[in-house]
Amino acid sequence: MIRMQDITKVYPMGNRDLTVLRGINLNIAQGELVAIMGPSGSGKSTLLNLIGCLDILTSGSYYLDDREVSRLSSGELAAIRAHKIGFVFQTFNLLPRLSALANVELGLRYAGGSDRKRAMEALAKVGLSDRANHRPTELSGGEQQRVAIARALVKNPPLILADEPTGNLDSHSGAEVISILTSLHAEQGITLLTITHDTNIAHHCQRIIHLKDGQVVSEERV
Amino acid sequence: MKKWLEPFSTAWVGVATHKLRSFLTILGIVIGVAAVIALMSIGRGAEAQIISNIESMGSGLVTISPGARTFGGVKSAVNTLTMEDGEAIAGQIDNISAISSSYSSSLQLVVGAQNMRAQVSGVTPEYMSVNNLELADGTFFAEYDYQRGVKVVVLGSNVKETLFGDTNPIGQQIRMGKIIVRVIGILESKGAMWGSSDDAIYVPLTAMQQTVAQPRTAQGERVVSSISLTVSDEEQADYVVTEITSLLRTRHQLGPNVDDDFNIMSMEELAETVSEAIGTMTLLLGAIAAISLLVGGIGVMNIMLVSVLERTREIGIRKALGARERDIWTQFLIEAAFLTFAGGIIGVIVGWAVSYMVSATGFITTLVTADIVILAVSVSVGIGLFFGFYPAWNASHLNPIEALRSE
Repeated sequence: MIRMQDITKVYPMGNRDLTVLRGINLNIAQGELVAIMGPSGSGKSTLLNLIGCLDILTSGSYYLDDREVSRLSSGELAAIRAHKIGFVFQTFNLLPRLSALANVELGLRYAGGSDRKRAMEALAKVGLSDRANHRPTELSGGEQQRVAIARALVKNPPLILADEPTGNLDSHSGAEVISILTSLHAEQGITLLTITHDTNIAHHCQRIIHLKDGQVVSEERV
Repeated sequence: MKKWLEPFSTAWVGVATHKLRSFLTILGIVIGVAAVIALMSIGRGAEAQIISNIESMGSGLVTISPGARTFGGVKSAVNTLTMEDGEAIAGQIDNISAISSSYSSSLQLVVGAQNMRAQVSGVTPEYMSVNNLELADGTFFAEYDYQRGVKVVVLGSNVKETLFGDTNPIGQQIRMGKIIVRVIGILESKGAMWGSSDDAIYVPLTAMQQTVAQPRTAQGERVVSSISLTVSDEEQADYVVTEITSLLRTRHQLGPNVDDDFNIMSMEELAETVSEAIGTMTLLLGAIAAISLLVGGIGVMNIMLVSVLERTREIGIRKALGARERDIWTQFLIEAAFLTFAGGIIGVIVGWAVSYMVSATGFITTLVTADIVILAVSVSVGIGLFFGFYPAWNASHLNPIEALRSE
């Protein structure tokens, strides 16, 4: 599903360039559950942003579903994000003014149009049907992250990218979030990539990729 | 929800979240639109009022009055227009349905203990129809009275009020200079305008001659104060004016380099001139009011820029969810246009209310016309689109990763 060859990413920083990724080669098959680990500054988030078509790589080639995406226009990238990719962020990134249900509906907004019924179903999958009309501020951290997961999965994307989804949660809520993500993977065959610092979580995955200084230093199969 | 409605509901949420701020943002637009509506309505109202006054005097009316004749910079007496001029016009110019001459003089009037000096006009019987006068009571004098110099008088409504108050004046007698005249008619009030017939006193010109000697020119022609006539076809008014001018110049033996020794004015022309002048005035007022619309627009742009900055993270989230630049751009543009549209609508209501209140004071009638309303609302939406363009463009070109990282 994901094929990356010799990916580099350089951020221009005044007159000095900051090289974040130095030659990443990565293949991820459909339906895999992969953890990305590494110290901060190792380029995990940058890699995830590149995979998620939020950012454009500096050199190398990236095939998503056999389509070379590194040369696509911003509009085409947006279309890929809208239809193929669901994001789950460490900081949830819900819109504070909207209810949980409206936040989930927003996940469909750019992928063909809002649909209240599908949004309700997605909320039910994360066990929050009774919280549909609550604002994010009225929900606990774990609940907010579950709303964010519902928003990511409501459009049935083949790929979900999670950037430290449990980073801001206590261990109990974190475990809940992980069990939802892993069961989604198990039931629907969604390809799931998650960045994590937590080795326990990483060991729920099928494969762990270790990054350091912008390079893949090791891979292990669980 | 319908797909095309979604941007509008998003815009509504954006506006409704900050109610006070949104209200203050559109206040400039509200005031601008209200000012445009109120001022334009006053201008249009004044125009309509003056035009209708002019028309009540007869839109086919042409009046000729004597003017100073100049010889080498020296102005002569103004006794230049004569009864014979009027007869010549009646005889030689086409398209005239009625013509009347009048000679005015200031005379002492006495009724019982009431004593006043007033301008009395001796007129020919056609005067009433030419000047579109209407009677409230009694009759106007006829050709028969005119031929025989019968001593009768028709009073304007103000004069009747002054001399007789609430008593019925018909049949009453007035001493007028050396003669005594009998009141036979009262004119309908026409409202305030220059030379209003409300203040007029009309007697047959032949009766007038019995108390005032009508001056004569060197050629022995009888001097008049004015000649008025109606054209049978208003379209021909300009042509008739030209014809009369050349006829009178010939009769008065004016050389090619000499100015007219009379003034000729058609109501048609006057109405055009007045309405043009007021139209210009109205436009000027509207333009001044429009400046406040512009200022309001700048306020909207300012708030939209702040709003984009404040919602950077939201923009990042939307982009991560697959929003294209166009989606973000239209979202903010619609929000700006929605704000100014609402401002325009509220402004129309406020402006309308102001115009209604101005009308209610009775000084001036105002007129809110559909074109002003449509113009004001569409201009305010246009302002939203214009001043929202840059903030919306800014928002749409944010880098999604940086936007997501912002606080």
